[in-house]
Amino acid sequence: MHIVVPVKLVPDLVEELVIDPSGTTLDPDTLRLQLNEFDGHAIEQAILLKERGGGQVTVMAPDVEGVDDVLYTAAAKGADRLIKLCGNFGQSVNNHAMACAVANLIKPLQPDLVLTGVQSHSDLDGSMGPLLAAYLGFPYVGYIAGVTLSDGRAVVRKEYPGGLVAEMEVVLPAVLGIQAADQPPRYVAFTRIRQAMKTASIEEQTVEGLDVSGGPTVSRMYKPEAAARATMIEGKPDEVASRLVELFRELGVL
Amino acid sequence: MATTTVSQSSTTFSQSFYASLHEIAGGEKVRTCLQCGTCNGVCPYGYLMDYPPGKMVAALRAQRFERVTEADTVWMCVSCYACSEVCPVRIPLTAGLMTRAKEELLLAGNIPSELQVALENTQRYGNPLGESPRKRADWAKGVKPRVPIMSEERRPVDVLWFVGDYGSYHPRVQPVSRALANVLNALHVDFGILGAEEVSDGDSQRLAGERGLFEMLAAKNERALSQYEFKEIITGDPHAYNAFKNEYPKLGIVYPVRHYTEFLAERLDALKSLFKGEVNARVTYHDPCYLGRANDVFEAPRQLLSAIPGVELVEMPHNRTTSLCCGGGGGGMWMDGFHWEKAHTRLSEWRVREAMQVGADILAVACPYEAPRFEDATKVVPGASRLIVKDIAELLAEAMGD
Ligand code: SF4
Ligand code: SF4
Repeated sequence: MHIVVPVKLVPDLVEELVIDPSGTTLDPDTLRLQLNEFDGHAIEQAILLKERGGGQVTVMAPDVEGVDDVLYTAAAKGADRLIKLCGNFGQSVNNHAMACAVANLIKPLQPDLVLTGVQSHSDLDGSMGPLLAAYLGFPYVGYIAGVTLSDGRAVVRKEYPGGLVAEMEVVLPAVLGIQAADQPPRYVAFTRIRQAMKTASIEEQTVEGLDVSGGPTVSRMYKPEAAARATMIEGKPDEVASRLVELFRELGVL
Repeated sequence: MATTTVSQSSTTFSQSFYASLHEIAGGEKVRTCLQCGTCNGVCPYGYLMDYPPGKMVAALRAQRFERVTEADTVWMCVSCYACSEVCPVRIPLTAGLMTRAKEELLLAGNIPSELQVALENTQRYGNPLGESPRKRADWAKGVKPRVPIMSEERRPVDVLWFVGDYGSYHPRVQPVSRALANVLNALHVDFGILGAEEVSDGDSQRLAGERGLFEMLAAKNERALSQYEFKEIITGDPHAYNAFKNEYPKLGIVYPVRHYTEFLAERLDALKSLFKGEVNARVTYHDPCYLGRANDVFEAPRQLLSAIPGVELVEMPHNRTTSLCCGGGGGGMWMDGFHWEKAHTRLSEWRVREAMQVGADILAVACPYEAPRFEDATKVVPGASRLIVKDIAELLAEAMGD
């Protein structure tokens, strides 16, 4: 069983987002990137499957700030092979272009299973999973919270809105969009990550032919603008509280 | 007759754990445990632990240590030093046995999810609260005269103030930091802070079993500190104080350090001349574990409180070495949900009830974990809503007419 997990790094929302003077992208100097949360679940799911049934886990990520930490942490959790995708990943690289290029690198690895995070907050043109599946010619199921493998098939739990869950069988090789791993991503002690930095190695692979044409173009990026609909209530806590109650009454919620 | 070779059994987990205790100062004393059970009895959560310290020693002797790491109640330990304080043979139970046990649980991945979040935040942001490292000095905005940040100042100062995580970010503790800044300014102390270059002291993470993370943080703080010239470090955070005083030196990071209460107690006369008003109140003082029991600073905070005009200082039944833990130590600060699930009570409530019993108007504290914890407890202990929780720095600033 060979599981490949292509992950991406996304802007860290703990840091203030600053818009670049160009007005169409985020300021690269203040931007901090982190592993897309759902991709963290995809890695965990891959490791869990390996622990249960054996196999090999390959994690690949684009060469951007923070990528080494992400890859070594994956190794500390149990990933066997780390691949850094080298190329020019400006913020203009869209998922279509990325998926096409990454699919070309995944094909020769002949994976049985490709796991990706179901989505990321930086997706502008759809999520990676279905695009990858299309380029690879594999089936795709997304919104997965639970995977079991048997006889060249995966039984997956797919979540629907309203709390509905469907159990489906997928023939491998397949691409799965992971919403949540069977168990929350584990904690790795810092010493384990440091160990991985010494023992694991990161392979570099060049991503050729990133064709960014055809993706969406950002014409204007801006922060939510304050409209004049909000009423600021000022004064002592007591006064504010009474005014609030009055307002609730006026609006008919009390 | 053929000789049978007794196969040399490989070292058991219990044996290797036992051996690892010997690497800790005084760790070899574990051999001398009398099984008196005093530690189990004094432990605030001992009644809930599968293996309180004494029983853990017994498990170790019985070669059954794996059972300890299979249970999750080791995480009830709030590293309060109560057991170490009473052990008749002075076994380093808190720093040694309990912390080593947590390290094993953590390596085995047996950790409460809340703790995991705090540790991951610390790895990524350098603070357990998951706040932006760039905003570490934001609390100081508006303080006049301005709080000097070393990287901007580029000059030697007398005092390097290590503000700490909660003093920097927690909305209840930021005002405490501002109060202390005002007191230092009023005393014309020549001080500076590290600002965004400061990261968590890491001591509570260490006591929660994350030694590697602690070492990484210590190295980062050292990288920042070594660029600057100062005579001593002061801090409002007893956990940072403990790190700088007892743990960083083991890593070769040596600076003179004092808690702010010790620093200010030395300037009592100057302080007294600055008091303008009175704080007319019955005040009781809670000894923080890492200032009191762990580091024997008992008098400086009391001297400061007694110096404030109008203050009547009263003691709670548990004081000084018998002080009760607020529940925040050893990672407890990040395991409230986990502790509640197991105990259905909070240690902070116990303390607030004691403060009420002695008729205190104000519960004075000297650790950034405590104001938020005790204030929360006053909201749930019946009749305790009139109890005011204040850091000593806030009371001093108030008496100065701040
Ligand atoms: S340090 Fe405190 S909480 Fe931990 S075992 Fe000892 S008495 Fe109990
Ligand atoms: S107090 Fe000390 S001697 Fe007594 S049981 Fe606990 S560890 Fe052993």
